[in-house]
Amino acid sequence: MAIPAAKFVGRLQEVGFDFFTGVPDSILAGVIAGLIERRAYVPAVREDEAVAMAAGAFMGGKTPVVLMQNSGLGTSLNTLMSLNLIYLQPCLLVISWRGHDGGDAPEHLVMGQVMTQLLDLARIPHRALGADTYQEDLNWAAQVLMKERIPVALLVIKGVLS
Amino acid sequence: MRPEEGVLTSRSRGIGAVLDLLTDELVVVCNGFASREAYALRDRPENFYMIGSMGVTPAIGLGVALSQPRRKVVVLDGDGNVLMGMGTLATIGALKPKNFIHIVFDNEVYGSTGNQPTISQTVRLDQVAKAAGYLHVERVRELDDLIYEARTMLKKEGPSFLLVKVSELADDVGRVGIEPAAMTERFRKAAMGGTAA
Repeated sequence: MAIPAAKFVGRLQEVGFDFFTGVPDSILAGVIAGLIERRAYVPAVREDEAVAMAAGAFMGGKTPVVLMQNSGLGTSLNTLMSLNLIYLQPCLLVISWRGHDGGDAPEHLVMGQVMTQLLDLARIPHRALGADTYQEDLNWAAQVLMKERIPVALLVIKGVLS
Repeated sequence: MRPEEGVLTSRSRGIGAVLDLLTDELVVVCNGFASREAYALRDRPENFYMIGSMGVTPAIGLGVALSQPRRKVVVLDGDGNVLMGMGTLATIGALKPKNFIHIVFDNEVYGSTGNQPTISQTVRLDQVAKAAGYLHVERVRELDDLIYEARTMLKKEGPSFLLVKVSELADDVGRVGIEPAAMTERFRKAAMGGTAA
């Protein structure tokens, strides 16, 4: 059973996340709608901008989340590598896994295949969000990112979030 | 050399003049010589110096401004940086953070990599900021005008955008002498008023 988006948003806030930005993806549409409803979402125009905004928000005392399609991971890599990872500025990356299992539009297939390897290379801890384990997954992400002070990614496969 | 080069002030003099106006404002400085010059001129815990991630200076400043709405945030930026992340002008123009002042030192070159030309000689970045929705936009070429406009913008509600035409001269300064992680902690503490955990 899929995680209801509103529940996921509520859980994000309960865990302590209090700054939300990103660029939309259809897989994350429910979550973004829930955040907008709570007036908690700051829309960015590019994913690297969102990642940098999150870095600023962290330094302003927030615990930030960046939502993006995995195409945006490509756009964000330089900011992640030359800002967050060297300045130790944590954020939660909620990344939709387009191209998972090769079943998507052609533009998503390469990124869908190499995304986890890219995250491994960048030494960004990651997990696929589980419909049954999402509370545990969120706790894990929050703990790791605050302890290590680096970005941590939760990967969202189509159908896991409603 | 540009025709007006001889009459333009240097970025370093401009940065020094802005830093002299500040009290407890939070400052984010773009990568390249701007950060090195600001660090050499007047280092303070409220300054955050970028060393990489070119193009996202105002985005970092915006994140700070939104999470500390009672503090003024001053972004010291360059033309190459603004051109690289021009979309962020739109984000700022749309969100209209009142506590956001964007000062762009425009020398029309990529100074750190050997003065290759940018395209800011033909693209009016102040007009882009105006169109994007910044509330106050000014363009200056003289140090006195820079001081006057910066002082005025520090008192007004923003977002404000000040374009400062400067020469290509860079001070002979070393690298920023603070480790990135230590800088994050120092700036975070300053931004949170000493309450950072």
